[in-house]
Amino acid sequence: MSDIKKFMYINRKAPYGTIYAWESLEVVLIGAAFEQDVSLAFMDDGVFQLTKGQDTKGIGMKNFSPTYSALGDYEINKIYVEKESLEERGLTLDDLQHLVWEDEDEDYAEKDSIRLVSRAELADVLAGQDVLFNF
Amino acid sequence: MKLTIQINEGPYQHQSSDTAYFFIKAALEKGHEIFRVFFYHDGVHNGTRLTTPPQDDRHIVNRWSELAQEHNLDMVLCVAAAQRRGLVDDGEAQRNGKDATNIAPGFRISGLGQLIEGGIQSDRLVVFGD
Amino acid sequence: MAMLHLVNKSPYDACSLNTAATIMKDGDRLLLIEDGVYGAIKAGKAAGLLNGLQVSVLGPDLAARGISQDKLVDGVDIIDYAGFVDLVEANDQVQSWL
Repeated sequence: MSDIKKFMYINRKAPYGTIYAWESLEVVLIGAAFEQDVSLAFMDDGVFQLTKGQDTKGIGMKNFSPTYSALGDYEINKIYVEKESLEERGLTLDDLQHLVWEDEDEDYAEKDSIRLVSRAELADVLAGQDVLFNF
Repeated sequence: MKLTIQINEGPYQHQSSDTAYFFIKAALEKGHEIFRVFFYHDGVHNGTRLTTPPQDDRHIVNRWSELAQEHNLDMVLCVAAAQRRGLVDDGEAQRNGKDATNIAPGFRISGLGQLIEGGIQSDRLVVFGD
Repeated sequence: MAMLHLVNKSPYDACSLNTAATIMKDGDRLLLIEDGVYGAIKAGKAAGLLNGLQVSVLGPDLAARGISQDKLVDGVDIIDYAGFVDLVEANDQVQSWL
């Protein structure tokens, strides 16, 4: 029987210009079945992955942004978004999807999955992880 | 130390597969264990059998096959990434109705679970990419 | 727990060195590899990012790029691939700033 490890998936690239954002999500979804302690971090251009209202018809690519809102159903509810990266890029939390999860320990109360953190706070979060995935 | 290596880029386009190769060699020389080498994104192209690089340059794919054979390495191409990019072994050819295979010796195609398992079972995950 | 931070891109091309340098904690180590070695050039604008950090540089990547050791920021530790392996072992986690 192995101990549960803390898995952190770090996202630093914008969606659609490259495939990293989507293929990173694919790892997260498969990884959810392995019952580790999962967190996601969005920083640098990775914060762009979470914007609302993505409409990809004109570029002929699959819009995979709805997948982020499904993460709660996979019990992935620790989603760190870095403040400095948002600010640098002229975004606020309001520009991002409202990601939630249902806490079955509290009568399925809906809670926010996104945790807005400073770079220094994110450093502490990363320091506490066991395995860091980058794409 | 038990290591899982993740390689995100294809041969020649980026230095990552070279750096990973020399890192892995050094780790093996020091007596460490390579649990798995997992190729993701364009990294799956490290497993393509049909490359003809110039004679005076390193043969990246063959180099991987030789290292795998010498040290009994488990080298895995992610199936989703491989399907998208046209890396095909016998199983994939059958399943997806392809009339050819192109995977190099020493590589196998398998699921993302292999990467996750690598993270769970290893002491360190080291990622090489762009 | 100490973290090994890998940076493989030039700071004049990408933000990864800046991100790594500003998120590193005391006790962490930065290893510059591939095009990341350009970040260690003393006279370069990016050199200031390395102040106060523990920095190693992959020697083979420096040599390939024709950057001689005397051009580097003081106090960087030049290592080979075996040294790279040792750093991975000596630190609890490895973060690749791709």
